[in-house]
Amino acid sequence: MQRAVSMVARLGLRLQAFPSTLGRPLSCTQDVLRRTPLYDFHLAHGGKMVAFAGWSLPVQYRDSHVDSHLHTRQHCSLFDVSHMLQTKIFGCDRVRLMESLVVGDIAELRPNQDKVRELQNIGSDVGLEVVDNALLALQGPTAAQVLQAGVADDLKKLPFMTSAVMEVFGVSGCRVTRCGYTGEDGVEISVPAVGAVRLATALLENPEVKLAGLAARDSLRLEAGLCLYGNDIDEHTTPVEGSLSWTLGKRRRAAMDFPGATVIVPQLKGKVQRRRVGLMCEGAPMRAHSPILSTEGTVIGTVTSGCPSPCLKKNVAMGYVPCEYSRPGTPLLVEVRQKQQMAVVSKMPFVPTNYYILK
Amino acid sequence: MALRAAWRARAAACSLRAAWAPAVPCPPLPLGLRAGAARTLRTGPALLSVRKFTDKHEWITTENGIGTVGISNFAQEALGDVVYCSLPEVGTKLNKQDEFGALESVKAASELYSPLSGEVTEINEALAENPGLVNKSCYEDGKLLLEIQRIIAAVNVCRI
Repeated sequence: MQRAVSMVARLGLRLQAFPSTLGRPLSCTQDVLRRTPLYDFHLAHGGKMVAFAGWSLPVQYRDSHVDSHLHTRQHCSLFDVSHMLQTKIFGCDRVRLMESLVVGDIAELRPNQDKVRELQNIGSDVGLEVVDNALLALQGPTAAQVLQAGVADDLKKLPFMTSAVMEVFGVSGCRVTRCGYTGEDGVEISVPAVGAVRLATALLENPEVKLAGLAARDSLRLEAGLCLYGNDIDEHTTPVEGSLSWTLGKRRRAAMDFPGATVIVPQLKGKVQRRRVGLMCEGAPMRAHSPILSTEGTVIGTVTSGCPSPCLKKNVAMGYVPCEYSRPGTPLLVEVRQKQQMAVVSKMPFVPTNYYILK
Repeated sequence: MALRAAWRARAAACSLRAAWAPAVPCPPLPLGLRAGAARTLRTGPALLSVRKFTDKHEWITTENGIGTVGISNFAQEALGDVVYCSLPEVGTKLNKQDEFGALESVKAASELYSPLSGEVTEINEALAENPGLVNKSCYEDGKLLLEIQRIIAAVNVCRI
């Protein structure tokens, strides 16, 4: 499976890059795009389909991008994220397999399959299969209340980053996880493919819920300071550079038993060349690949993601700068449309998050 | 439909009445006038300046050598909510097809190209505070700028 690609790169800088919205078929790539169990459901609800990471997914529906984004922060939105395939890992050595991957992109099957074979070859009891489930994300301040009406479990006892199996609106065998990619409270529901449309329909019956697509998904995650793999982090960034050291468990750091440990652990203790930071500016929006400069005019880094923030009405972005420029409040310049604009390093998330954390 | 009604109103002032006399053959529509644009023609002197569209989705109407430029309804819809508008300064000299600015939505950015060679005489200041006007009213309040033509391009006008 291809890794996620920048939305701006996909949608392009010219209007001609919106082939799906014209209703004209894409070139022959249309034939090889994968479809989630909700493909027809999206079309029926006015979804504008685009190619994304090898899948045909809705970029938006009938509401504008900004309306959809704001609705998520004020009510709740339903996203089809079934393109993020779910894999069942089984066998006595499944924990060993997972631990041998740690910060790798687990969704990529090929590296996993090689690792599976490697471990199987030395006698490990482990196997892997893709599960035929859809994944629906319900995100927003009213998501929990909407979901509660369809589940028997008390969702107040399901805090951020925990999950449970339960029947949801009559569809059994669903795994509900209190997590998401928007910064809001919400869940991701893994639902057997055959029940996906029924579940989505049931959720949509609540007037609080609206469908949202990839466009809103990208601007929401950016406001929340969340990385997009392929843009903000890739196989050339370490967790320390990416300001993601919190992902490394204490025991694992001591044992140094994960890929890249010999590079990463010294970075934890010592200095790192560059760090991912948040940036804010007025004027023209900062986008991926915009150069970042010091106030003296020397190029010091690059923007990796950026967009105008619908909530803040300012431009927000993420990029990499040398350590000495990474303190919040540091003034910098970003080159946009051949002009240098004042920008400032900002703490992330740009918009406060609302994760349901039990105190 | 709107086209016909507008012509009828104009006829009184400008002797286009003859166009509707059954004996006179109706002249062909000027090049570049698309069916969608018929909805947006207004009554008054501007009627004679038909709206032309470029292949990059800008539109232009010209009157007495001054062109008014904007983007088409198709373009504003594809772009999404415009949040930022970059326009040139008054006095900027442009050649036909020169890039003169950009419109940005949350997701995408689109450059703007001059449909004619000329000098910018006026920009729509309202767009600085309210870039969404481009979406709400791309042919009226959301127009981008005015340019005075340096070279008078051939303007197709209905002649009787």
